[in-house]
Amino acid sequence: MIQNGPYNEKVMDHFRNPRNVGVLENPDGVGTAGNPVCGDIMEISIQVEDDVIKDVRFRTFGCGAAIATSSMVTELVKNKTIDEALAVSNRAVAKALGGLPPIKMHCSVLAEEALRSAIDDFRRRQGKP
Amino acid sequence: MDTKPIYLDHAATTPVAPEVIQAMLPFLEGAYGNASSLHSFGQEAKAAVEAARTRIASFMGARPEEIVFTSGGTESDNFIIKGIALSRRDRGNHLITSSIEHHAVLETCDFLRKQGVSVTLLPVDSNGLVDPDDVRKAITDKTILISIMHGNNEIGTIEPIAEIGSIAREHGVAFHTDAVQTFGHIPIDVDELKVDFLSASAHKLHGPKGVGLAYIRKGMKITPLLHGGDQEKRRRASTLNVPGIVGFGRAVELADASMHTESSRQSALRDRLIKGLLSSIGDTRLNGHPVRRLPNNANLSFAFVEGEGLLLSLDMEGIAVSTGSACTSSSLEPSHVLKAIGVPVELAHGSLRFTLGRDTTREDIDRVLQVMPGIVHRLRAMSPLVRKGAVS
Ligand code: FES
Repeated sequence: MIQNGPYNEKVMDHFRNPRNVGVLENPDGVGTAGNPVCGDIMEISIQVEDDVIKDVRFRTFGCGAAIATSSMVTELVKNKTIDEALAVSNRAVAKALGGLPPIKMHCSVLAEEALRSAIDDFRRRQGKP
Repeated sequence: MDTKPIYLDHAATTPVAPEVIQAMLPFLEGAYGNASSLHSFGQEAKAAVEAARTRIASFMGARPEEIVFTSGGTESDNFIIKGIALSRRDRGNHLITSSIEHHAVLETCDFLRKQGVSVTLLPVDSNGLVDPDDVRKAITDKTILISIMHGNNEIGTIEPIAEIGSIAREHGVAFHTDAVQTFGHIPIDVDELKVDFLSASAHKLHGPKGVGLAYIRKGMKITPLLHGGDQEKRRRASTLNVPGIVGFGRAVELADASMHTESSRQSALRDRLIKGLLSSIGDTRLNGHPVRRLPNNANLSFAFVEGEGLLLSLDMEGIAVSTGSACTSSSLEPSHVLKAIGVPVELAHGSLRFTLGRDTTREDIDRVLQVMPGIVHRLRAMSPLVRKGAVS
């Protein structure tokens, strides 16, 4: 009904049809991040083969932007190497979504942090620093 | 969108009634006079303003000269609280209010606090009620004003205004109530409520935006907020908003005619909505008083999900509501009202406010009941707060 809601069509698409929702059965790494600003939580689990993120899932308790950025970050890192994934910044996620309202930029930080935390967990399990 | 949009945000604002628009039009077209002018143009405008004033005064058991027209609820709250703080400076410097007031009251008190006025913020119970006994205990010989809202805009709780009014009188302290949410929705009589000051706004009762009133009991001295011309017996300078005031008068007339049937009709729909949501969706709670609440307000928290997601999902179904979630406030703080009644932060996050209006039908409510379980379910499936199997 509202054509000019707070978000653009791409963000709304990811909110409506989020990609890669859920938890992996046997993850190689799981990370969570909490948003200190508004108190929301994001969780990402990854499955890694030969240093490549073969599968990824997320769950988010947060606003529309938090859900859309979680969904987008999973798309951006799927089938990427760990190093490539680490290079994905919150700005890149926001940009891939065609931009976020300024007050919602902090939500994209949550996506970046949850991903990093999942990769940290993966490395810890591998015995790497 | 193939279905008709459903507006359930009447506490934010209401659609202007067609009758109100009709009443206003002549004053936007031919009858453009300034109500302060002596010629016939001015006198025509003045007569219309005074007719509205008389109409509105009688609706609330007041005298016409006790009504000062303002630009809305926020101005009325500012005018009354600042005006009393200034005019009674020599008598004291203490204000009493509650922690669940509208920001127009809370921020005004906070502003005065920074100017050296002391402010007592009374707590409320888990239903949002102020305890009149707390008011009594908070009164000191320096107290110059008590300001407690009539009906809460978020959770709908109706405060015991008459009881607090009696206490205020016993102690000779002036008493203000912000009646923005109740005016035109439940009966208001300033003598029965024992209030000295009251704020109301036209756009909450199908009137236009930008017009409201401050009721000032006869004999109460108050320092104006706006200085300038002699309008409103020198209590508020500024050219009168003639079309707005005329519209306000008409809106009150319409409210007067329909209030009794509407309040019982809306209460029944409200209860249908509350019961339906509580029974069809697990881990859901009602916020605010179960019975002492505005006829049109239902405020519920849905555990494990966030309000903005709920709001956007409902909007996609053509249903407009509001939320107390931190994510949708510009400060990213959850609602101070939900906090004050002790709703845990995560639950405050997942709160929705549905506010009904004259145009709300039973079909509208049933449509909400039909789509809500699916929406909550979808968002819960995405939520890391839901442990596997915790919520079906
Ligand atoms: S997650 Fe709370 S504002 Fe985006």
